[in-house]
Amino acid sequence: MTIIEANGLARAFRTRKRTVEAVRGVDLSVAEGEIVGFLGPNGAGKTTTLRMLTTLLRPTAGTATVAGADLLADPAGVRSRIGYVPQAIGATGGGSDPNARIGEELTFQAQLYRVPGAEIPARAALLLAQLDLAGLEDRLVKTLSGGQRRRLDIALGLVHSPRLVFLDEPTTGLDPQSRSNLWEHIRGLRAELGTTIFLTTHYLDEADALCDRVLVIDHGKIVAEGTPEELKRRISGDVITLSVSGDPGTARGLLAGQPGVRDISLDGRSLRLAVEQGEEALPGLLRTLDRAGIAMESIQLARPSLDDVFLTVTGRSLRDDSMPAQREPVAAGR
Amino acid sequence: MSFARDTLLIFRRQMRLSLRNPAWVIIGLVQPILYLVFFGPLLTQVARGGLPGFPAGNAYSFFVPGMLIQMGLFGAAFVGFTIIADWRVGVVERLRVTPVSRLAILTGRLLRDVLTLLVQAVVLVLVGLAFGMRAPVAGVLIGFGFVAVVAVSLAAVSYTVGLLTKSEDVLAPLLNMVVVPIMLLSGILLPMTLGPGWLQGIARATPFRYIIDAMREAYAGHYANPIMIEGILVSVGFAALCLWIASRVFVRENA
Repeated sequence: MTIIEANGLARAFRTRKRTVEAVRGVDLSVAEGEIVGFLGPNGAGKTTTLRMLTTLLRPTAGTATVAGADLLADPAGVRSRIGYVPQAIGATGGGSDPNARIGEELTFQAQLYRVPGAEIPARAALLLAQLDLAGLEDRLVKTLSGGQRRRLDIALGLVHSPRLVFLDEPTTGLDPQSRSNLWEHIRGLRAELGTTIFLTTHYLDEADALCDRVLVIDHGKIVAEGTPEELKRRISGDVITLSVSGDPGTARGLLAGQPGVRDISLDGRSLRLAVEQGEEALPGLLRTLDRAGIAMESIQLARPSLDDVFLTVTGRSLRDDSMPAQREPVAAGR
Repeated sequence: MSFARDTLLIFRRQMRLSLRNPAWVIIGLVQPILYLVFFGPLLTQVARGGLPGFPAGNAYSFFVPGMLIQMGLFGAAFVGFTIIADWRVGVVERLRVTPVSRLAILTGRLLRDVLTLLVQAVVLVLVGLAFGMRAPVAGVLIGFGFVAVVAVSLAAVSYTVGLLTKSEDVLAPLLNMVVVPIMLLSGILLPMTLGPGWLQGIARATPFRYIIDAMREAYAGHYANPIMIEGILVSVGFAALCLWIASRVFVRENA
């Protein structure tokens, strides 16, 4: 059963000087029980799309049905059926009031969602236990650590047991242990309650660890879609970045035809190769350059990152002011 | 009715948080009491000189209504900062994403603000009585009514501007630009009738002039005259306008 169906969602922000199109025509379809990730760099339109789907922002174009209610005609209906955990960067966002106590925040939240009064204490206690916040009911929110606060934010989004939960960058800013703990909790949500989860992230490892399906968004449009496996296959394995003294063009030509090299591009003065089995291909590539008398200045082997997905899919690097990389299509794929 | 229940829910929540941090309630009281204690005696001397505009004999019966409105002015006008702070930590959006009535987000807060101000008003009147103010009970109660209406109007405007600008750096100078002239033109400290024609003309354009005049009438025991009617109309009309604007901003689709 489809729990989110969106067609042509768009949002433009108009200032006196110009119009910024944050989201330009997003179509998506999410089935019940899926964990779907919105993957993209900062400024891609993830949060804006999320805020449209949760009725915090009115789309300037497009339609959507969320959890069975029409987004434009029945926003109140949407609100009563979803949970939303906003971004929390530093002291901003998150949604929990620093001067409240944890227990009363949960109770208040449950009342906001019209959970029957008699059920609230049990529901709150269960959530606190599940999210490792048991025993902290009387603590003031501002005394919590970053990880605890984030878990509280998530508890607030779940207190009414919604069928669909939106998580905006759930683990950004957390230490590695808190991150993997949170991933466990999120997986548990779907496993035990069948909750559909729609999250945004700019971490490839998070998308990989959690999502059944990933939608890659850039400049307000969805540029790629698929399971994490499919995406990684598309960017084909490891990335070797190397720089040579002298003209990189010769080296590029030389390496382009080498076995295992799927793609090669020039990024500034560095050559960037997408290679299958980087560790094994590396010695061969170095020998090739050496035999041609080309001196290398530096070399680096890395696993695929979001930057690489982007470079492959969109043709540009994630870094804000980089030049568009010059691409050379490689004939032989292996 | 769901809206009333939502308003009470938000009201109780705001009260709980306020009671935990009563500093602001006390600070709000300090300023008018300082005026009463340090400026009041000067005013008594001035009134004894027989200046027009002061009610027979009692300078404090003239002064306390002004102080009440000043307390309302400063107390209510600055509540916008709290909603900016709440916006920044994500509390406002959190409320807006729940099924709670978006109007209740405003009215719940207004209820708390009015209640706080009324409590402060009672304390202020008691201090005034200790300093020799004499006024009929009915008049004092009518005065509280005016304070409540003024508080609602100003708080609503403050929340609206706070929600629209979402920035203390914009709200603070805006408020100061508005509040200080209002205070000077409303006859809070001295009767505007002392002023030259042009000053009285400008004062006529501020709603608070009428409200304070009406309060002073009430404190003098005159309840049914044109000044009182003018005061009631102006205060209710002003409140209706402020509430209407605030509700449009709070209920709209995009925060």
